[in-house]
Amino acid sequence: MELLLASAVGLMTACGVYLILRRRTFPVILGLSLVTYAVNVFLFATGRLAVGAPPVLNKYAEVAYTDPLPQALVLTAIVISFGMTAVVVMIALGAFLSSRSDNINMVEAADGAGDDA
Amino acid sequence: MSLFLIAALPFLGAVFPALLIRAGRNAASAAAGFTTLLAFTGLLLHAPAVLRGEVIQASVEWLPGLGLNANFFLDGLGFLFAGLILGIGLLIILYARFYLTREDPMGQFYTYLLLFQGAMVGIVLSDNILMLLVFWELTSLSSFLLIGYWKHLPEGRQGALMALAVTGSGGLAMIGGMLILGNIAGSYDLTDILQQKEAIQASPLYLPALILILLGAFTKSAQFPFHFWLPHAMAAPTPASAYLHSATMVKAGLFLMARMWPVLAGTPEWFYIVTTTGLVTMVLGAVIALFKDDLKALLAFSTVSHLGLITMLLGFGTKIAAVAAVFHIINHATFKAALFMSAGIVDHEAHTRDIKRLGGLRHLMPITFTIAVVASLSMAGIPPLNGFLSKEMMLEEAFHTTWLGSHLVIPVLAVVAAIFSAAYSFRYIGHVFLGSKRDDYPTTPHDPPTGLWLAPGFLVVLVVLIGLNSNGVAGPLVSAAANAVIGDELPYYSLKLWHGITPALYMSAVAVIGGLLFFSQHKLLEAVWNALPRPEAKVIFEALINGLARMARSVTDGLHNGSITRYGAIMVLFTTIMGYYAFRTGTLGAPVHDIQAAGPLPIIGWFCLMVATVAVVLKHRNRLLALVLIGVVGLIVSLSFNYLSAPDLALTQISVEVVTIVLMLLALNFMPKETPVETPLPARLRDMGIAAVAGLGSAGLIYALLTRDFVAPSISEFHLANSYKGGGGTNVVNVILVDFRGFDTFGEIIVLGIAALVIYALTEAILGSKVRAYLLNRKPDLPQAGDAHPMMMVVATRVIMPLALLVAAFIFFRGHNEPGGGFIAGLIAAIAVIMQYMASGFGWAAERQRFYYHGIIGCGVLIAAATGMGAWFNGLPFLTSAFGYIQWGPLEEFEWATAALFDVGVFLAVVGAVMLALESLARFAWQPGNDPEHAMDINPARDDADAEVKQEA
Repeated sequence: MELLLASAVGLMTACGVYLILRRRTFPVILGLSLVTYAVNVFLFATGRLAVGAPPVLNKYAEVAYTDPLPQALVLTAIVISFGMTAVVVMIALGAFLSSRSDNINMVEAADGAGDDA
Repeated sequence: MSLFLIAALPFLGAVFPALLIRAGRNAASAAAGFTTLLAFTGLLLHAPAVLRGEVIQASVEWLPGLGLNANFFLDGLGFLFAGLILGIGLLIILYARFYLTREDPMGQFYTYLLLFQGAMVGIVLSDNILMLLVFWELTSLSSFLLIGYWKHLPEGRQGALMALAVTGSGGLAMIGGMLILGNIAGSYDLTDILQQKEAIQASPLYLPALILILLGAFTKSAQFPFHFWLPHAMAAPTPASAYLHSATMVKAGLFLMARMWPVLAGTPEWFYIVTTTGLVTMVLGAVIALFKDDLKALLAFSTVSHLGLITMLLGFGTKIAAVAAVFHIINHATFKAALFMSAGIVDHEAHTRDIKRLGGLRHLMPITFTIAVVASLSMAGIPPLNGFLSKEMMLEEAFHTTWLGSHLVIPVLAVVAAIFSAAYSFRYIGHVFLGSKRDDYPTTPHDPPTGLWLAPGFLVVLVVLIGLNSNGVAGPLVSAAANAVIGDELPYYSLKLWHGITPALYMSAVAVIGGLLFFSQHKLLEAVWNALPRPEAKVIFEALINGLARMARSVTDGLHNGSITRYGAIMVLFTTIMGYYAFRTGTLGAPVHDIQAAGPLPIIGWFCLMVATVAVVLKHRNRLLALVLIGVVGLIVSLSFNYLSAPDLALTQISVEVVTIVLMLLALNFMPKETPVETPLPARLRDMGIAAVAGLGSAGLIYALLTRDFVAPSISEFHLANSYKGGGGTNVVNVILVDFRGFDTFGEIIVLGIAALVIYALTEAILGSKVRAYLLNRKPDLPQAGDAHPMMMVVATRVIMPLALLVAAFIFFRGHNEPGGGFIAGLIAAIAVIMQYMASGFGWAAERQRFYYHGIIGCGVLIAAATGMGAWFNGLPFLTSAFGYIQWGPLEEFEWATAALFDVGVFLAVVGAVMLALESLARFAWQPGNDPEHAMDINPARDDADAEVKQEA
């Protein structure tokens, strides 16, 4: 299962980074979302993987619990990343509406200088 | 009065002139004057103690770990300077009230002046060198504002920039020097450093520290070759010039040299660097001053020359020279401030400062003439004025000093400087005031109102009094200040006019006679001077600055070329390389965890996730499809959270997913629906390479982490053990959020609220621009559905609304013990409301909106804050929670925790933020006339009313 998770994190990161390196705002936002998933899962997984051991205390029996701390951190991270995505979307939209172009690079740079990145 | 208060008063007072200027110029200047007077009185109250030789201290520990403490101390030297700063400040405030015209923003001037005054007082009272550095930089900044006060004049702006560049860079050098010094001494407190002369002078770092500190002092005090900024700073209004360049700013460098004198002086390095610089500056300044036609430029170069004189005296390193330096600081401040103010009066009345256009003013401005004559003669070193006394002491010391084995260099050059000094002083009198009256002044000058000549008049009285009775008027001050500089027994000296026939007397006589001669031959000398080639400092400075700017620009443009793609690539690669480096150089334990076997369910989920992720990339050019696919990814991520024992995360992820997709759909509505192919295949392959490296890195890292144990014990056990006992809840994740780490959560809802407000502000800005017209007239670029608000959907969402809110309430209340809580409940409630917007239209929903979302965010944050503060009333720290259980009626035992109240705050903030963000985006879509006429409001009376209208028609 660790392999599955690691490969999923890796693939989401790779695809996210690839999209972030595109030239238009929308794919970049999609890429950011993918990277956000990857990072959240990554952080969550630092508490190690456990099945059927939610960190909800059982008053009647001694059971195993998974690590609650990364979960609490990731929970707020998810909400904050929504806020961040919303701001980025708004900036992208504003830029597109004002300039009628959704290219993320400056005009001079878009002529080729940016391609050497 | 506490030293803290004395240092703080100018800063506090700086607020008032800016505010009171609406009440008139008198109110503003009175406020500034009153503050200064208060601080000055506070200082004078310490006078008896300081003059007895006591040192007054005040200290507060601030960051003791860094050696940064707010320590102030007042000894003779500090008292002298603080007295000059506040006393002359008071006179300048009076003078400026009458000098500035109605068009000048006077409130600003006084505010800048007081800021500057506060920074200067801070320098001279600081006991901690780090604090001194802060004040030092503050004087650079506030003098920048003062010099550039007349913003409309290009010279003002250029002069201000030049002063800031020169003194600012010197300040940077000084920071380095002071840090070295503090390091050698093992303390950043001046009182400690001043005790360690031997250790400091023996250190191999003495010379670098000395050079760096002197760079700071020399730039500030306009010593050669940094002297050129001072004349350009004359573009400031005259009150500012008089203040900065006679008594304060340029004296800061001298103050520092005097302050550090006990530990830095006395070595050959000190002698040769400081004495030579001072000597060159003194001669150069005096020579140039003679050939300046602008009154203020003449005074500026004479200031440069006198600063050089004092620097040279400090450089001699002998005790008696230090006494002379202190005495000349007092004398120079008095006559130079008076001279600047008299030049200002001439400029104010005659509307020109050009000596060539002046002359004969004696007849028109007798009072100004008297003031200027006394002050000039003092500057020229004519007995019985105070300038004579200290200049003679200087000549006496110069006579006894050898330089590189020569007995002649210093005395001869000192006499040369004195000759030129006398000559330009005579010129100031002769070419401006003497001679016959002219009839071609720009305006006919006359003596100014009393307010304008009172301040220089007072200073001139001091000039005479100190001259006649130096021991009585200035003696105690000089001995207290000199004592503080020397830090030891004072040498024998006497401040008196007649020392007998000494070499200095001959030198003085030569200087005065030579000065008269040079003055009488000024025309001839000027012709020679103008024929000589001279480097223009401003041109050199500008070439230097432009060169630096070009270099900076080429570096910046090379790296920062406007291609965000490039920045992203560099960042990803750099992070990966850093990670790889850490991996190669660190140690990695052997894997200890066995890999858990995966059942069919995880494998199916993994497979879907991989396919969906790859599909997002493959299909990203079709934006709508990519959005659907990313929804699939989010869904599987939330299912995985659920499977991997994180129900709270699963709930949060899935509700955030809904909101995010709605948000992106709204945005996509206005954007192109396709992404064109832009990059050539090699570029895409390269990007794939970068992406693959990043992916492999993160996968490898998390895999390595998952198969190993924690290096140090985790703090999670504490949370598990105390969640119920200490927090009263069994859902540990929720208890962490609202209790253990409540402060983090508090910060996070604030951030979320700010993000929403940013979105709102952006929307306002965009809708306020030309874009609005485009939006209003926009034609949809895709075929539209027949019915924008289908009845089925409207009915369904109306029915679901109360149910959804009930679910939100349920999720909220169970949150403390079961998966749920404020975050998730807030998201669910927001989704319930968003559905109404989607189904029934923005206009319909907006009409029914009772509370502004801004207010809801604010309420949420305030409730959370109030809950946290509630703990204070029980004497507990912020956000300490309390809980208890109540049994009510037939219901199950019910827990009531203050944490739940905090969670209400979280709930409200989340609802408000999400709604504000989405509502803002939705406002883009609003167009007049696209609201449904009746958005499914069942109102039987309406049809009747319509019918009536028709009938009447």
